[in-house]
Amino acid sequence: MQDFGAAFGQAFALIAGFDPALMEIIGLSMRVTFTAVVIACVIGLPLGAVLAVGKFPGRATLVVLISALMGLPPVVVGLAVYMMLSAAGPLGVLQLLYTPTAMIIAQSILVTPIIAALTRQVIEDMHGEYDELLRSMGSRRLSTVATLLWDARYSLLTAALAGLGRALAEVGAVMIVGGNINHVTRVMTTAIALETSKGALALALGLGIILVGLSILVNAGLMGLRKSAERLAYA
Amino acid sequence: MPETLSRNSHLSVIESGIEPAAVALQDVVFERQGKALVDGLNLTLSAHGTTVLMGPNGAGKSLTLRIMAGLITPGHGKIRWNGTETLPSQRVALVFQKPVLLRRSVRANLKHALKIYGVPRSEQGQRLEELLEMGHLKELADRPARVLSGGEQQRVALVRALAARPKLLLLDEPTASLDPQATAAIEDLIRTAAASGAKVLLVTHDRGQAQRLADEIVFLNHGRVTEVTSAAQFFDAPRSREGRTYLSGHLLF
Repeated sequence: MQDFGAAFGQAFALIAGFDPALMEIIGLSMRVTFTAVVIACVIGLPLGAVLAVGKFPGRATLVVLISALMGLPPVVVGLAVYMMLSAAGPLGVLQLLYTPTAMIIAQSILVTPIIAALTRQVIEDMHGEYDELLRSMGSRRLSTVATLLWDARYSLLTAALAGLGRALAEVGAVMIVGGNINHVTRVMTTAIALETSKGALALALGLGIILVGLSILVNAGLMGLRKSAERLAYA
Repeated sequence: MPETLSRNSHLSVIESGIEPAAVALQDVVFERQGKALVDGLNLTLSAHGTTVLMGPNGAGKSLTLRIMAGLITPGHGKIRWNGTETLPSQRVALVFQKPVLLRRSVRANLKHALKIYGVPRSEQGQRLEELLEMGHLKELADRPARVLSGGEQQRVALVRALAARPKLLLLDEPTASLDPQATAAIEDLIRTAAASGAKVLLVTHDRGQAQRLADEIVFLNHGRVTEVTSAAQFFDAPRSREGRTYLSGHLLF
């Protein structure tokens, strides 16, 4: 049990001391995760909305596929991206392996299905309510999608949050394509894995506490935004 | 291939009496699960004035409006629009019993409609002010539309429909759940729309409302028109047995 006491001590000391190495790791974690989630939103929101509104052959299959991909194992995504980016791979010339860019690519692939699947659900429900109105107005398919995405914007925050949580917490993908290189590709989760394997359990747990704290802060912030919007009764 | 109501279908000109017909439904049938809910409906509407569609629940009144609005495609029958070969969809506007407003302010709801209806950007601002004025919505313009009272919401929905400057305004029991004051406000807007030249087709169970607004009554039962009569005559002495039974308050079978 003394490890837990020591862990809180370590965590506090690291935060209070503004440990530069720690700040670097936190900074990279945030940069990689937020960039990945933004990319996943840019792809996943319209994709989910089109799946919710559109009628085309293969739609049902695509819906099942994307729902299934929500549970994609990070290690498998990491491995696939590794094979694409390695020197012998098709994208090897870009020399992206073991860079933050590679980590962003891997996490985007991981998060996009989550955002697309949740968006589809939210938009499909709202489309049920808006469909007759928008069709009677003669709204074109594209403006229908835009209308629904805008009106569901606060509900869709939840989808983005789910993606954010997934990206912030995963270690498998960033470990494989990033390599946990100090000062280059080391993020919170890979640092925790490393310290654990070195036996520095208190430090690892201290980092873990900071990671959970950050996750709570980000969630609280976005939830607060949604709640204030609900108070305005737009939602 | 049966002719369906599509935006591109070929539409021919129909003449009926002196006044040109706005729209004519010919032998329209709509079935659901083998049951004909609209069963060989024939109806010709003149281009102006207010027609009230009455009839018991399940007579097919709402379905008829939805067919005219292009929301559902009848299994059989034809719909013909006068004048133009193709019907620009925005020239028909539909107001639902329960208003569906977007999760935005009143102003943004109307702006969205003007955009969908293809009003040029340079005219949108002025049209928006006119619409707010018309619906007495100026003070409510920046409020989220969904927190307004039922009557205010229906006013927004009706003004939004008028943003299309519709040739045909379809109203599906727009005041069914409103108090008398809110109902009067909606009726004023309907009169304004009719006076500005739109054809109004109103479904209502409110006999007083029908008497206040109707030029003509169309009575529907079991998906068929039983009579088309001037409002004055209908409330004095309906021609069809179904109309008489309905007005006397008996159940129709």
